[in-house]
Amino acid sequence: MSDKSLTAKERLAIERTHMPEQPAEKRARNFTEVNLGLAEAAAIEEARRCLLCKNRPCVQGCPVGVRIPEFLERIAAGDLRGAAEILRADNALPATTGRVCPQEKQCEAKCVRGLKGEPVAVGWLERFVADWAMEHLAPPSAPTTKTGFRVAIVGSGPGGLTAAGELARLGHDVTVFEALHAPGGVLRYGIPEFRLPKAIVDREVKNLQAMGVKIECNVIVGKTLTVAEILREFDACFIANGAGLPVFLHVPGENLKGVYSANEYLTRVNLMGAYKPQGRTPIARGAIAVVFGGGNTAMDAVRTAKRLGSTRAILAYRRGRDEMPARAEEIKHAEEEGIEFMFLLAPLEILGNDDGWVRAVRLQRMELGAPDASGRRRPVPIPGSEFELAADIIVVAVGTRANPLLTATCPDLKLNKWGNIEIDANGMTSIPGVFAGGDIVRGGATVILAMGDGKTAAASIDRYLRENKVARR
Amino acid sequence: MFEVLRNETLAPQVHRMVVRAPRVAKARRPGQFVIVRRDEEYERIPLTIADADAQAGTITLIIQAVGQGTKDIVATPAGGFLRDVAGPLGKATEIEKFGKVVCVGGGVGTAVLFPLAKALAEAGNDVVTLIGGRSASYVILRDELASFSREVLVTTEDGSLGVKGFVTAVLGEILADESRRPDAVYAVGPVPMMAAIAKQTRPYGVKTIVSLNPIMVDGTGMCGGCRVTVGGEIKFACVDGPEFDGHEVDFAELAERQNTYKEDYCRLDAQLDKEGRQ
Ligand SMILES: Cc1cc2nc3c(=O)[nH]c(=O)nc-3n(C[C@H](O)[C@H](O)[C@H](O)COP(=O)(O)OP(=O)(O)OC[C@H]3O[C@@H](n4cnc5c(N)ncnc54)[C@H](O)[C@@H]3O)c2cc1C
Ligand code: FES
Repeated sequence: MSDKSLTAKERLAIERTHMPEQPAEKRARNFTEVNLGLAEAAAIEEARRCLLCKNRPCVQGCPVGVRIPEFLERIAAGDLRGAAEILRADNALPATTGRVCPQEKQCEAKCVRGLKGEPVAVGWLERFVADWAMEHLAPPSAPTTKTGFRVAIVGSGPGGLTAAGELARLGHDVTVFEALHAPGGVLRYGIPEFRLPKAIVDREVKNLQAMGVKIECNVIVGKTLTVAEILREFDACFIANGAGLPVFLHVPGENLKGVYSANEYLTRVNLMGAYKPQGRTPIARGAIAVVFGGGNTAMDAVRTAKRLGSTRAILAYRRGRDEMPARAEEIKHAEEEGIEFMFLLAPLEILGNDDGWVRAVRLQRMELGAPDASGRRRPVPIPGSEFELAADIIVVAVGTRANPLLTATCPDLKLNKWGNIEIDANGMTSIPGVFAGGDIVRGGATVILAMGDGKTAAASIDRYLRENKVARR
Repeated sequence: MFEVLRNETLAPQVHRMVVRAPRVAKARRPGQFVIVRRDEEYERIPLTIADADAQAGTITLIIQAVGQGTKDIVATPAGGFLRDVAGPLGKATEIEKFGKVVCVGGGVGTAVLFPLAKALAEAGNDVVTLIGGRSASYVILRDELASFSREVLVTTEDGSLGVKGFVTAVLGEILADESRRPDAVYAVGPVPMMAAIAKQTRPYGVKTIVSLNPIMVDGTGMCGGCRVTVGGEIKFACVDGPEFDGHEVDFAELAERQNTYKEDYCRLDAQLDKEGRQ
């Protein structure tokens, strides 16, 4: 069965489907996934909206170049296995990216149907096919011929996992070293269960293990092992240790009890399970939670605070609504859940009570001035506009930087002025055989860009090994 | 999985555990610590590496079972396993040859002190060790410390061993006596003890190193939960420490932050009760 027969007019007549969701009042009190996933019939109908454009603008919008019209065409034809095979070949973690990619800025932004109406729901369809594949297809198997080369990967976030999968598929012997006790990077400790269930991360990791990838947790490269030691045991190395260093506000009162970095807040909840009734790791919960920031991290933190019981969960952002870097769907979901947004505000001071706990934050109103280097209009303070906002919990989600833990012990690694690792067009660092990618190179970016880097680096590593190394066997 | 090879009791609730962790044993230097997680769903607990044997691939931990987390760990018998042991974390002690050094340990801080004092002695320092405990049975590692210290002085709160009172009284005498005054003091113990010692040594201008133990999560600089103010700047104890210049540390803030989860930290319950909601 194929639906190529549908005319453009017939395709254009189909309206964009809706994603079934948990009702807002209910989900604001639990940690289960907000989106429930498309039914098969709805997915097929949605895929039929694709005009199968010849020049495939959506593919150009995808950082890893997933053959989108091809997999949509297979869905439209009811051939989910075929769709899954295309998706799996092009994207190592489709169940994840289908949930967390900013599609509205990537594939869906380029969709021709978006010019006059709504773009094809590529993200939802990706998620649908990936979930179907997890249920119905056997995990990929280890390749039968091995190259005899050994590759070490530092960090098990999306960058490291993607590189590991690609390299294993090419027959290399891959070991991933992860500092924390569980693999996944931000997918594990940062992005909450209600957006990306950890069972999915587990499944993606199991698939890699089925392909022969070894994952060793509790290894902090720079402390437990150095890069130099790794190079004695391995033929090449890919560093994807993320941008894990939290940035603080540097205002008075930031060390009061009840003030968290987003990394700590989300790690306690996601990695350590503080939200579970049987969880042993504590987290402070308060009636009024104020989160600073406007990105996905801030959004995750404020929605987490709501779910932990805060009656008011407030997101305070320096710029305006249009400047918020968070995914559009998260902003919509947050609004439905009763998250309060306060724009054009900067914190001046955090105020405490006699017991050393936060009681309020003093804020200043801002207005938008001239555009800055990022092209966004820079907020400037309005004099005399200071005011106090009561707060029991404060979460700082204003960004992260490169963690110097690894790079400090590897002086030969060339860094830029922000401490990010410099790479050449092949993803190789200043040390031959050592490659890098993801947030440690780009600064805080996205899951799909880290994956793209992992994919590019894997191809470069494969070439490097074949050209420069003799297999140890 | 990390096998527990030995587990013995040193004092009430104080255990010495030998754990197989070859990578950590090889990399570890004095002053560093590990983060241990007993099993799935358990907390991550930072513990000083008291000693290590790179050849045997083992590390020694001395653990005072105070909270649920440490109780769970010491309940693991020899032959059992710890799910996660990550490290070595933190900066190693900068071992210098100062000359005369007084090493002060309070309670289980003595376990943290032990590898530092040993390394200082091995570097040729003249080490006097001063350890305190609630009563005789809480004084740990006395013989081990004696093997390399010129002198081991003991204080107990109830006088059941050594001098009755606190370590600060004895340290005060040493500082006041010019012939015994050290070139450096290392102090590890409860925050009030370290704060008091830093205050005592300041007028004499004696360099004072303290080892801090704020609440930690990852131990790698990722969460900032371990932040302390040192010399007016934010430092992460897990990567910039755990040892700092005692004269620069904001001990009052550290003491507050340490008790975050001790009081009624779920302020929501109190608030909601107050507002008459369920
Ligand atoms: C809360 C939050 C929400 C986000 N939401 C989105 C979203 O919706 N969509 C999106 O596209 N992006 C999102 N991002 C950004 C995205 O998660 C990152 O860009 C992406 O994870 C980067 O991948 P990575 O592989 O480079 O590093 P990471 O995912 O950061 O993984 C790095 C891994 O390396 C480990 N590591 C660090 N140092 C060492 C060491 N020395 N030795 C061994 N291991 C080490 C870390 O423990 C970690 O597991 C979000 C980020 C956060 C924090
Ligand atoms: S424990 Fe997380 S940064 Fe130190």
